[in-house]
Amino acid sequence: MTNKNVIKQNKSAGANLLENGLNWVDERFPLTSNIKAHLTEYYTPKNFNFWYYFGSLSLLVLVLQILTGIFLTMHYKPDAELAFGSVEYIMRDVPWGWLIRYMHSTGASMFFIVVYMHMFRGIIYGSYRTPRELIWLFGVGIFLCLMGEAFFGYLLPWGQMSYWGAQVIVNLFSAIPFIGPDVSEWLRGDYLVSDATLNRFFAFHVIALPFVLVGLVAAHIIALHEVGSNNPDGIEIKKLKDKETGIPLDGIPFHPYYTVKDIVGVVVFLMVFSTVIFFAPEMGGYFLEANNFVPANPLVTPAHIAPVWYFTPYYSILRAVPPFPGVGFLGIPPSLFPGVAAMGLSVMVFALLPWLDKSPVKSIRYRGTLYKKWLAAFVVSFVVLGYLGTEPSNIWGQFGAYLGNADRATVVARFFTIVYFAFFILMPWYTKKDKTLPVPERVTG
Amino acid sequence: MKYIIKKVLLVCAFLPSMLLPQAGFANEDIHLESAPIDASNHESLQRGAKTFVNYCLNCHSANYMRYNRLLDIGLSEKQIKDNLLFAGDKIGDPMKVAMNKADAKKWFGVAPPDLSVEVRARGADWVYSYLRSFYRDPDSATGWNNVVYPKVAMPHVLYELQGEQQFDHETHELTLVKPGKLSATEYDTLVGDLTNFLAYMSEPAKQQRNHMGWFVLLFLGVLLVLTYKLKKAYWKDIH
Repeated sequence: MTNKNVIKQNKSAGANLLENGLNWVDERFPLTSNIKAHLTEYYTPKNFNFWYYFGSLSLLVLVLQILTGIFLTMHYKPDAELAFGSVEYIMRDVPWGWLIRYMHSTGASMFFIVVYMHMFRGIIYGSYRTPRELIWLFGVGIFLCLMGEAFFGYLLPWGQMSYWGAQVIVNLFSAIPFIGPDVSEWLRGDYLVSDATLNRFFAFHVIALPFVLVGLVAAHIIALHEVGSNNPDGIEIKKLKDKETGIPLDGIPFHPYYTVKDIVGVVVFLMVFSTVIFFAPEMGGYFLEANNFVPANPLVTPAHIAPVWYFTPYYSILRAVPPFPGVGFLGIPPSLFPGVAAMGLSVMVFALLPWLDKSPVKSIRYRGTLYKKWLAAFVVSFVVLGYLGTEPSNIWGQFGAYLGNADRATVVARFFTIVYFAFFILMPWYTKKDKTLPVPERVTG
Repeated sequence: MKYIIKKVLLVCAFLPSMLLPQAGFANEDIHLESAPIDASNHESLQRGAKTFVNYCLNCHSANYMRYNRLLDIGLSEKQIKDNLLFAGDKIGDPMKVAMNKADAKKWFGVAPPDLSVEVRARGADWVYSYLRSFYRDPDSATGWNNVVYPKVAMPHVLYELQGEQQFDHETHELTLVKPGKLSATEYDTLVGDLTNFLAYMSEPAKQQRNHMGWFVLLFLGVLLVLTYKLKKAYWKDIH
């Protein structure tokens, strides 16, 4: 009692000022209530594991990309004549420019790594299931936006890969029936990738998409905090609450528990991130392609055009799907549209997951072997397709005449493309048929 | 589980520097010699800079490299001015060439590329092997050909130093038929120094970056211990 009094008396004028200031703000803006709702009284399952670091890490990388991006914009010149040189200027003459540029270029790849891990977490623990469908859909939107950011941003250094990568991808749009050619011309602002293209890609990269991205991230988090986080057991902690306090029995406040835990994750992430930045910023040509150190030249097509690694699974699917041969007597010309459509679908199909999964349980912990086998097959196909997308399609040579001399790698890519889509298309069937285990009442740690 | 995760993270952290090959203009058919790259060897870099300025900089520019950056490799301002600067250039100027691109194209069939980041585009081993692989070819326009870059438009500029090589199309071997001013080892050293310099020039901040990296990792390592202990302290009442 006396102790408390002492403390109260010792409360300095400064603390009083802070309290009064906070009251002043709270009467005009919901500051304290927001801090409570999103941090100190946001109850999170206590059994988060390794996979749960990647959400906060994605947010960290987003902030890093925006910050480093601002400083790059100060020195970069979106002009076909000057762009390549301005990047080298940043690398050499701008104080710490090389660090900022490597943070940004490595950040792009790391963004995809953490987002892929985050998505995988969502898949294995069924985080997309009711009531979290909207969180998942916002997430798919973020993923699409991110792909757009990466694609537009990759043109900016104006190297050979920038140029020809953009040329190839924009040309894909012209395979869409009827509107295709107009769409790709509108995207380019010219008949081929040129200064006009560079300017508008710059605008998309630094203004348009970041706005959408940040908006979607906000929606993603607001939706999450409305329904609460899933957990590795895939059970709802809100079902069992303390009768007096109304706090979930398995819930702990996000702050301070998960803030201090996530900081550990942040430090480990920064160690990996720094290792790449300081010792291997090119990552052997996977993060920064060698050919991109040659200035863009519209007259010289590189022998092998490959997108950066994070696009390669979808690129593999594009290459694997055979073109439509055309129907001569009806006057329908041959078309690359099937491949383009398959590539588009391979990304968009993630959005359907909440409605494809018919399992009575959410988490992989209580699913049967059938689902686990399909998931493993999906992971393998994603990785194999990803690898094949970085290589020319003749990498493994050809089959003999008995298989029409087909490229071995193309045949393998076709097989795994089928597996990739089968994972989604057959999901309603195998998740229903799968023998699941009983789900516990409380989280199991 | 925790142990496995720690192992995986540890491997991930060092994976990039160990596993991945430097990808250049990969052409598996050609055997490339490994270039003697050592960015800390200032004498080699200085010799390379001299060779670059004397032999390459007449046709090839290095537009993104400034002369005064050579202070980093131990040259003094006076040394740069007296030995490396062309008349009229200032020490803060980039390494430009007087020849304009249109003329160059008319004379050589192709404008000589800027060499500022050539090593990052093709790899140091490629450049090193390329400069050692010229041979006499009476069928080509310049009288020279190259094993690493067949039908290259560039003649053998270092010919008076290396001498003349002949290429045996059956054994795929190069033999020196007419010696130059330098012995074979001296020539290899010269080309090695030149490649070392070109590699340095392609990313002058590389040494600083590698050096800094250890301090950053050390800092983060200490931070990891502290934050992990903080986490443990906060979580001790959670079961």
